[in-house]
Amino acid sequence: MDTTSPHGASPGAARAALLVLADGRFPAGGHAHSGGAEAAVKAGRIRDATDLATFCRGRLHTTGLTSAALAAAAAVGADPLVLDEAADARTPSPALRTTARKLGRQLMRAARAAWPCDALDALAAARPRGAHQPVVLGVTAHAAGLGPEDAAHCVAYESVGGPATAVVRLLGLDPFEATAVLARLAPELDQVARRAAEAGRRAPAEGPGALPAASAPLLDITAQAHAAWPVRLFAS
Amino acid sequence: MHLDHSHDTTTVVSADAARSDGTRRALRIGLGGPVGSGKTATVAALCRALRDTYSIAVVTNDIYTREDAEFLLRNAVLPPERIQAVETGACPHTAIRDDISANLEAVEDLEDAVGPLDLILVESGGDNLTATFSKGLVDAQVFVIDVAGGDDIPRKGGPGVTTADLLVVNKTDLAPYVGSDLGRMAHDARTQRGELPVAFTSLTSGEGVKPVADWVRGQLAAWSA
Repeated sequence: MDTTSPHGASPGAARAALLVLADGRFPAGGHAHSGGAEAAVKAGRIRDATDLATFCRGRLHTTGLTSAALAAAAAVGADPLVLDEAADARTPSPALRTTARKLGRQLMRAARAAWPCDALDALAAARPRGAHQPVVLGVTAHAAGLGPEDAAHCVAYESVGGPATAVVRLLGLDPFEATAVLARLAPELDQVARRAAEAGRRAPAEGPGALPAASAPLLDITAQAHAAWPVRLFAS
Repeated sequence: MHLDHSHDTTTVVSADAARSDGTRRALRIGLGGPVGSGKTATVAALCRALRDTYSIAVVTNDIYTREDAEFLLRNAVLPPERIQAVETGACPHTAIRDDISANLEAVEDLEDAVGPLDLILVESGGDNLTATFSKGLVDAQVFVIDVAGGDDIPRKGGPGVTTADLLVVNKTDLAPYVGSDLGRMAHDARTQRGELPVAFTSLTSGEGVKPVADWVRGQLAAWSA
C-alpha cells in the first residue's frame, strides 16, 4: 500500500481526523451495543464504578488488545481479507462474530461517506455483509490519513467507552464517575494501543500469526446467552 | 423528498433514490410519537389497508427490542420475513436521527430479502415530543399523538408536532371521556403547522385508519411518478 492516503497528508499526522473517527457521535451503530456490559449488569457483576473499572480493564487487555492489533494491521496495509479471517479465528462466539460483522458493515457506510476511497470500496465489495469492525476501522483510519497507533487507540478506546456509556444507561451510574473510570484507564489504554500497533506493523511481513489472540471466555459465553434474551436494551 | 437526489460517487449512502444496482428503492415512511399513542396499531392498520395493493415491509425500533415486532406478527398483518426489529440501546431517538446505521441496514436487508418493495414503514420506539427522523432514513414522517395524552400537545408544539409531514391525532373516540377538545386540538395544530396536514383517527371505529392510508397512497403516487 502506498504511504499517502487519499484524504490526509502523511500517515499519523492527521490528529483532527482521529477525533472525528473516535467521536462517540460518529454514526457507525456503536450506541446500540454494550460490549457485554448488559449481561454483566444483569448477572450482578457490574453494580458500581469500581466494578465497571474492573470489567473495562479486563475487556481492554483481552478483546480490546486483539481488536486493536487487527485494526493497526489493516491501517498499515495488511490484506484486509486475511485479517478478516484472522478476526474470525480470534472470535469463538458466533454471536460476537455476527455482531462484529454488523458493526463493520455499519462503520463501512459512515466511512465511505466520510473518507471515500478505493480501498473501502474494494473491501465493501468483497464483504457486502460486513467485514469485522476492527478491520474496517483500520482501513478507514488509513483512508483518513491516520496511522496504526491511531487505529489501535480508536479500537482500544471503543472497547471500554462502549461499556461505560451502556452502564450509565443501564444502572443510572453517575456519568462523572463513568468518565473518571475511563480517564484512570487512559495510561493502560496507551500501553495496549502501543503493543497492538507494534504487532500490527509486523503483520504485513509475518502474517496474521504476529497478531495477539487474547480473549475473554466469560464475555464469549455471556454474549451467546445475551443474544437469546427475549428482552434486552442493547444489541450485544 | 429526494426525487432528484443523486450522488457523485458510486457509494450509495442512505437517501439516494436508487439502490446500488440502479433500481429504484422503496418509499420509506417513518412513524414516531409518544409511548402508547397508537403507532404500532396504526402500522398494523396501514398494513391491512395497503398490503393487497402494495408490497410492504416494516422496521420496528422497540425500546425493549421485539415487543412491537411481535405484536405485528401476532396480528399477522404481514408475513414474518417482512418485519424486522432493530435494537436501540435504550435510545430510540438516536437510532432514527443521530445514528441511523442499524435502521438503514434493516431497510436494505428487507429490500434484498423480500423486494422489490413499494413501501417500508419505519416505526420509532415510543419517545418524546422532540423525536424526529433523519432525512437520510425516511422520505416522509408521520407523528402520532392521541387525545388521551392531553389536548394541549398540539399547542406545545415541538419538532414532531410542528414539522412532521402528517400529524395523526389518534383515539378520537376517547375524547369525551378524557375531556379533550378536538376543535381546540385542530386549531392549535393549524397554528403550529400551517398548511401541513392533520388526520384525526379512531382505529376502533368509523373509517379507522383511512385518512392516514389515503395520505400514504398520495405519497406513494408522488414517489413513483
